[in-house]
Amino acid sequence: MEDRAVEEAEVSGAAEFAPALIAAHPHGNSVAVAIGPELRVFDLKVGSPVLLSDDCGGRSHSDAIRAICFSVSGALFASAGDDKLVKVWKTDSWRCIRTITSEKRVSAVAISNDDLYVTFADKFGVVWLVTLGEDGTEQVSVDNKPVSILGHYCSIITSMKFSPDGRFIATADRDSKIRVALFPKNPLKGAREIQSFCLGHTDFVSCIAFTNISENQSFLISGGGDSTVRLWDHINGCLLDTCQVRDKMEELLELNETDDSSLAIADIRPSNDGSLVAVAIQSFNGVMLLACDLVGKKLSFLKVITMEKSYIPTSLASSFSSELLWTVMGASNMPNQASSQLLTRLRIIRRFQKDLLSSDNCPAILEDSEVPHGEKLLLALQGSLDVAKQEEVLASVLAALKVSMHKMLVKKHYSEERREQRKRGRNDKKIKS
Amino acid sequence: MTRTNGASGGGGGGQQQASAAGKLPRKRFYRARAHSNPLSDSHFPVPVSPDEFDLSEHYPRYFPADKGSGEEAPPPPRIRFADVGCGFGGLLVGLAPLFPDTLMIGMELRDKVTEYVKERILALRASNPGQYDNISVVRTNSMKYIPNYFRKAQLTKMFFLFPDPHFKEKNHRRRVISMQLLDEYAYVMEVGGIIYTITDVEELGEWMRSCLEKHPLFEPVPEEEIKADPVVKLLSTATEESQKVARNGGQTFHAIFRRISLQE
Repeated sequence: MEDRAVEEAEVSGAAEFAPALIAAHPHGNSVAVAIGPELRVFDLKVGSPVLLSDDCGGRSHSDAIRAICFSVSGALFASAGDDKLVKVWKTDSWRCIRTITSEKRVSAVAISNDDLYVTFADKFGVVWLVTLGEDGTEQVSVDNKPVSILGHYCSIITSMKFSPDGRFIATADRDSKIRVALFPKNPLKGAREIQSFCLGHTDFVSCIAFTNISENQSFLISGGGDSTVRLWDHINGCLLDTCQVRDKMEELLELNETDDSSLAIADIRPSNDGSLVAVAIQSFNGVMLLACDLVGKKLSFLKVITMEKSYIPTSLASSFSSELLWTVMGASNMPNQASSQLLTRLRIIRRFQKDLLSSDNCPAILEDSEVPHGEKLLLALQGSLDVAKQEEVLASVLAALKVSMHKMLVKKHYSEERREQRKRGRNDKKIKS
Repeated sequence: MTRTNGASGGGGGGQQQASAAGKLPRKRFYRARAHSNPLSDSHFPVPVSPDEFDLSEHYPRYFPADKGSGEEAPPPPRIRFADVGCGFGGLLVGLAPLFPDTLMIGMELRDKVTEYVKERILALRASNPGQYDNISVVRTNSMKYIPNYFRKAQLTKMFFLFPDPHFKEKNHRRRVISMQLLDEYAYVMEVGGIIYTITDVEELGEWMRSCLEKHPLFEPVPEEEIKADPVVKLLSTATEESQKVARNGGQTFHAIFRRISLQE
């Protein structure tokens, strides 16, 4: 069964669908959505869509964007993807200050906490680093080529984050590993010293995030294809707790038939105080909230916020300054979708913070009319307000995303006989005999 | 017909014979390809983390089954030496009597070769009671799974003897010594631990040396120390590959480096 599904995707050449991504400015100044090669930014302060200016001579994105992020300070924003471009933007003017060409497709991007460096991971599992000018100015030397600072052995890096204190760079891969490396003062020589490996996931790791509880203490949270969310002491590489999302979902939805990959974790987002974790799960129309007890080092199921049936968020975002949890759904390269209309759907959850634990203060999904700046924002980020049209498109997104995740991250498992059969078909053998 | 089937059938027979009589397995029953693709997805079991790597089946004498005898048991021993790409296990067999109290493991990607080494060790244990209990072998892809087997700073010696040269530039990423992989080796090695590499391919020897020289967590071991190290002699005599090189009168190139702590 599994084999066949994978193969069908291969045969039909099912394009690589890229899920829509969302990122929120840490101080709530703006919100960005990436869908296919399109980057849509909305200025929340002014209340209007941002016109990105890209006049430094670099190309603009021409293929699916796979990773976006704001820097911690909010001054910079980075986008990167299948077109092998990494673009760094200044968020005050939304001008692109650097365009870096990677040798391979880019799967993850991050900006160091001091805004001095941008790091990106390519499809071969190598992490590259580029120096940005002082304060992100445009005066950077011409020979400022990316240098490789670390690598995961030929595995796709799915997520990359700097620790809140800036001491570590954490990378997760499809081989179920999370590597936490020391980020040295002079990273141009590489981040060669590994602090720890966080090992426990039994399938690919799809997302990692740091929670910050105090100046000097933070924990790492990860989600993976084994439908677990895990809490780590990343300094020592200790697994502190595991939340089995699959069990919970089966209980809640009374699913009787779940195939292996359908409940992979798509994204996680901790709340500002670290007490909550929002979890987006493949095939689940809504968001699961976990309570994260950082003193007792426990992750426990809190509740699910269910959304309309066809809405399965692909990416989550929140900012330090507000209690909104932004979610987006969408995918690029849809077969029946003209490239001119890349649609997404946006849903926002209010009160994503600790006191939602009290029952009268439940997190609530904002109606479209309650969204900040209302239709203006939705039109800018979603690409359309026509709900009927969206429904149609998004229905097909569901299936597409599953195939995409499968193709990129889930390893093919062949039975013993299949392997033997494939070996027999080998060309070099044929010549010999 | 396929030679694979015939060989594996023979291998099965060979195993039974060997373990039953305590005789050494015969290599002819364990014919295998000279190379294996380290990039392909693995289908053999790999421990999720070092905690789940069961040593008792590898070193039964060091992990007796009746632990609950009341007395405070000393902490279980840990593997200290790793021979990465151990091939037919010549080095392990040579090292076992030199370091009788040190647990060592060979890591090999080719399944038939691993089977051979397993049988070889069992046969050696059977015919030399009390010896060779400290060596074992595991089938794994050490380029992908080193951290799944060893904890931070666990190993005191790592061996890379006559690895695949992978001459083509596009295949350099398949080499077992690279800047990326040295990060992981440095992680599993304790400060002061020694990494031994040797090859008969000059180009690869230069490559391994230059990677180690560039890496901030390794420094070269001084020549006089190398001369005094009893292990170094084994590098060019103990393994099947080294004997082959010696037979053909070939030259070898070694690079022996020490794990140091980062100086910033």
